[in-house]
Amino acid sequence: MNELAIKDLLYKLADDQLILGHRNSEWTGFGPILEEDIAFSSMAQDKIGHSLAFYTLLHELGESEPDTVAFTRNANQFHNSQLVELPNGEYDFSLIRHFLYDNAEIIRFEMLAQSSYEPIAKVATKLKGEVKYHVLHANTWIKNLGSSTEEAILRLQSSLTEALPYALGMFEHSKYEQELIDAGIYGGEEAVKIKWLKRIQAVIEQTALKLPDLESIAPKFGGRYGEHTEHLQPLLDEMAEVFKIDPTAEW
Amino acid sequence: MYGGGNVFEATKFDDLQTEDPAKLAEFEARIARGEKIEPTDWMPELYRKQLIRMIEQHAHSEIIGSLPEGTWITRAPGFRRKMAQMAKVQDEVGHAQLLYSAAETLGKSREQMLTDLINGKSKYSNVFNYPALTWADSNIISWLIDAGAIVNQMANARGSYGPYSRALERICAEEAFHLKYGHDAVVHMATGSPKQREMIQAALNRWWGPIMTFFGPSDKMSTHTETLMRWKVKMASNDECRQQFLDMYVPKIWELGLTIPDPNLKKNAETGQWEFTEPDWDEFKRVINGDGPCNAERLAVRRTAEERGAWVRRALLNPKAKYVKPLA
Repeated sequence: MNELAIKDLLYKLADDQLILGHRNSEWTGFGPILEEDIAFSSMAQDKIGHSLAFYTLLHELGESEPDTVAFTRNANQFHNSQLVELPNGEYDFSLIRHFLYDNAEIIRFEMLAQSSYEPIAKVATKLKGEVKYHVLHANTWIKNLGSSTEEAILRLQSSLTEALPYALGMFEHSKYEQELIDAGIYGGEEAVKIKWLKRIQAVIEQTALKLPDLESIAPKFGGRYGEHTEHLQPLLDEMAEVFKIDPTAEW
Repeated sequence: MYGGGNVFEATKFDDLQTEDPAKLAEFEARIARGEKIEPTDWMPELYRKQLIRMIEQHAHSEIIGSLPEGTWITRAPGFRRKMAQMAKVQDEVGHAQLLYSAAETLGKSREQMLTDLINGKSKYSNVFNYPALTWADSNIISWLIDAGAIVNQMANARGSYGPYSRALERICAEEAFHLKYGHDAVVHMATGSPKQREMIQAALNRWWGPIMTFFGPSDKMSTHTETLMRWKVKMASNDECRQQFLDMYVPKIWELGLTIPDPNLKKNAETGQWEFTEPDWDEFKRVINGDGPCNAERLAVRRTAEERGAWVRRALLNPKAKYVKPLA
């Protein structure tokens, strides 16, 4: 199997989770209710744990130590989708992003659990149970708030419209897309997107929200190839602030 | 973590004269027998008021206390610390949740307590009005402030009010992990590179003053504690807690080759008591009354979080709102 294709996939998976985990952790102390501080922190811990599992697989394939990979690269070396790097904004935006992201993530994890590449299959099998809870959390809140007050519905609708171009950017094809599909690594992004659309439609239909026509939306691509918004580099600088004081030290 | 040295300044013991003497005697007898008081049991109004004040202050200390360390979640160096720092601070927020629930059993709602926090009407532990300027400050908090919290909470877990006592037992179990985490982080800094050693010493220098005031003013200066101790609301005096803390942690700090910035700190071999430079209680009072380096910032963050989250709480209170037309 083409090792470059596997590495490309692993970087994409790991970087998405590291960056979204980091964003989720920013809610600690600021949530709309204490229970949501705690929930976002739990998901942050899971996501960063998942990213570590994938960086560890990369390390086994000859890449640098997980700490080095995560804490010393620049934005243009990151393969995450632009969706996950956007600032948290208000709670409605964070919730919509979480909903759009995790409903795709669960599909990827389910596919990867069946992967022909055993190390990924093992990790995905072990971790997908956690992603299930993230999806449950997102869907419950969207259903609840999405059919509550007019104010909440307006906010969520506006965030949904704002986030969708970036969410579609998650499904940007890798340059190894066909190879990964042919080798049975996973079903590829197009297949993830079709299942994702069904999942999010099924939830949104139970609310007062309306899903815009996705055909008319231009996806925000580029993230998988190192093109990012102006928000990623400051996030990385903050993340590495202490680590870079002495990268060889043990903290 | 937890703010010691609760402020009992508003205690008016005259109130007790309006209580039914027979019920009061029975209540005191139950406490003397070591029974727990439960939410629906009879209790003097003063007991209720003091417990609300105390548990509420404790809960506020947990959420405000999550801010200085929370700042360092996004900057924690390396996966190991990042994961642990997140989990640690999350625990503190979880403690607030437990404690607000315990206080609610006495009749004050969480929303009201948070409003009083933002308005400055109720207090929280004074140490969190000081900044965590560096990663090392965050480590010192995780180790030594949590250590102080354990001393205080272990004592209060033996208190008479059932819900508070049970919440504290759960909290102490988690704090024990925080203490290990904080100690491990400080050990790495203190035995690390010259830069790391310099950072941790500077942080200790900054935090020693606040740590010495953590348990509150000397008992010589506090009044009216006798009844509260008889009712097992207050379980150990401020001085006892401070002495116990010094006994347990000064040797551990010295063991790491760190210098405690108090030339007068020593254990008196005859009395077995620690002697130290009297903390600056004027500064303590000034800071607790609002004039500290971070009071305004801490409350502003809390106020912003409350305001920004208000629509979510309104929506949750009103989940079955009248039919809303789909947005066309």
